[in-house]
Amino acid sequence: MSRSIKKGPYIDSRLMKKVDVLNKSNKKQLVKTWSRACTIIPEFVGHTFAVHNGNKFIPVYVTEMMVGHKLGEFAPTRIFKGHPGIKKEETTTA
Amino acid sequence: MARISGIDLPKNKRAEIGLTYIFGIGRKTALEILKKAKIDPGKLNGSLNDEEVAKIREILQTEVKTEGSLRAETQMNIKRLMDINSYRGLRHRRGLPVRGQRTRTNSRTRKGKRKTVAGKKKALEKK
Repeated sequence: MSRSIKKGPYIDSRLMKKVDVLNKSNKKQLVKTWSRACTIIPEFVGHTFAVHNGNKFIPVYVTEMMVGHKLGEFAPTRIFKGHPGIKKEETTTA
Repeated sequence: MARISGIDLPKNKRAEIGLTYIFGIGRKTALEILKKAKIDPGKLNGSLNDEEVAKIREILQTEVKTEGSLRAETQMNIKRLMDINSYRGLRHRRGLPVRGQRTRTNSRTRKGKRKTVAGKKKALEKK
């Protein structure tokens, strides 16, 4: 089910405060955040966020096209580098 | 015979059904279009006169996105997701289901024909 329109998009208020300060002082700084569920709003454009993926912080540079998505969408939580053992199997049996 | 928006020429079908042969038009849109053009949805496609066909054509051009332009739009949407490096874009790139379905089994539509990975049994025997 999608979020009620009445409430508007979910924006992490603490993160918003930090971005506001940056916007007012015209600074660009890496903002660390765990708030993956926070919607990207136009004010965020041009900033770089360090979005936590459960292990480390992934730097995400926000562009105009990303507005409306969530921060977490750009910091993948799973790393899949193919199935193990396919190559190993060949070498050990040979 | 009616030829509307390119290659579609369904005949011997009721107008309501015939219109759904156009990509981007289902039963509902078809009915809406016919209502707007004041055509009886039960009327056979072959018996539509030029005036009625012209009307349908006009509505299609101004109000509904169909065929090529619709396909182009979906492609653009997918491309956008891929360009911004979002999770959904990633799944599109990998050819895996995008909306969080399981991939342990099923999801063959996205993944295509089964690719058997050999050698799993041998590994078990060794242990």
